[in-house]
Amino acid sequence: MQVSMTVNGQQRTDEVEPRMLLAHHLRDNLGLTATNIGCDSTSCGACTVIVDGLTVKSCTVLALQAEGSEVTTLEGLSTDGELHPVQAAFRSEHGLQCGFCTSGMVMAAVGVLADNPNPTDREVREGLEGNLCRCTGYHNIVQAVLKAAESGPAAGQVPSSKQEVSA
Amino acid sequence: MIPSQFDYVRVSTVDEAVAALAEHGEDAKILAGGHSLLPIMKLRLAVPTVLIDISGVEELNYVRVDGDHVAIGAATRHHDLEKSEVAQAEVPLLPHVAARVGDPQVRHRGTLGGTVAHCDPASDLPTALLALGATVVVAGPGGRREIPITEFFLGFFETAMEEGELIVELRVPRTGAGGWGYEKFTRRENDWPIVAAAAVHLPDGSVGVALANMGGVVLKAAAVEAALAEGKSIEEAAELAAEGTSPSSDMHADVEYRSHLARLLTKRALKVAAGETEASTAESTAA
Repeated sequence: MQVSMTVNGQQRTDEVEPRMLLAHHLRDNLGLTATNIGCDSTSCGACTVIVDGLTVKSCTVLALQAEGSEVTTLEGLSTDGELHPVQAAFRSEHGLQCGFCTSGMVMAAVGVLADNPNPTDREVREGLEGNLCRCTGYHNIVQAVLKAAESGPAAGQVPSSKQEVSA
Repeated sequence: MIPSQFDYVRVSTVDEAVAALAEHGEDAKILAGGHSLLPIMKLRLAVPTVLIDISGVEELNYVRVDGDHVAIGAATRHHDLEKSEVAQAEVPLLPHVAARVGDPQVRHRGTLGGTVAHCDPASDLPTALLALGATVVVAGPGGRREIPITEFFLGFFETAMEEGELIVELRVPRTGAGGWGYEKFTRRENDWPIVAAAAVHLPDGSVGVALANMGGVVLKAAAVEAALAEGKSIEEAAELAAEGTSPSSDMHADVEYRSHLARLLTKRALKVAAGETEASTAESTAA
């Protein structure tokens, strides 16, 4: 079946099997391999992307269910070579160890900051409950999200649509 | 993991969904948020040959006051229920429980009708709906009918819905601001409850109590409700929480421990509902 969606600001129309998951569509059809597939069972959050302003686990969404939607992946966060505030904070606070969870973690963090621009340490941890770091590197991840919050509302927005991300 | 092949039908009204169910028969399944259905399809525990996607059916997405009830469209996502000002004012147990389902990404997709239709005994919102004495409204080839939630959950993944029917609405009494508690014991914050208890003071003066994961379906704590109606204390009533239940033993907890949790969490939920204690947080929960 045909599916059309806006991915990182670009209109994309492709033929997909109904059973194709959004994560596979992004990776295999569109070549956007920043989105990782970890557990493939809605548990780890590595495949988190933003669909119409809300974070979702793309391993548990059919590509067809994103018909007409605005999708943002990690590749769509930076603008003109400048890192998104959340990306910049993950870099400066070293919010990663092996890096596998990082793309999903960054996308989830954008969603957390959209919902709550000034979260406490505890609120960041609760907001990231759907994302697992197998290195257990949570401390610096939480520090990075708190640091990103200091840069204001831009930390909770995605650039492609300029729309506010909801909780 | 990729599901088996299926055909996909997108509908935009309830009538179209009913017609599609009639056309495709028992091999068709309703898809809404997909957060119960797609995982079991990946595991081949369900192998529907047709999915009928109702997630774009606008007439199934609402939370509104309707007389002495709050009516919630079946395709309302947990996130929208959590944020609904109507729900927060009129039946605050539901947005509180909605906010404790899974994690934010799951709540952005999962729907109230979906979690009820899925009929998992460990589900949060069905437990709250059972305590509230909700009514499930289903639509099918013969029109709409109402099923009391006490008669809806028949067995593990088995409901009172007939072939060709789908859930269109959940109706719950307007409880107002006070008098509710939900206590859930999990290993990790976003896990399914090992056991959970919901307690709510109802407009007719009774207290509704229900339990998650104490049997093949979510269960009423009938003995607790009866003891409270007779004027027994919270402590006395909560001691009866495991009566009439049939919990399983698994790697998380055995029957004895689940029964202990049922008594303890029921007592806590009743005390929170009575305004005697604050709700447990993830940090303070210990059993």
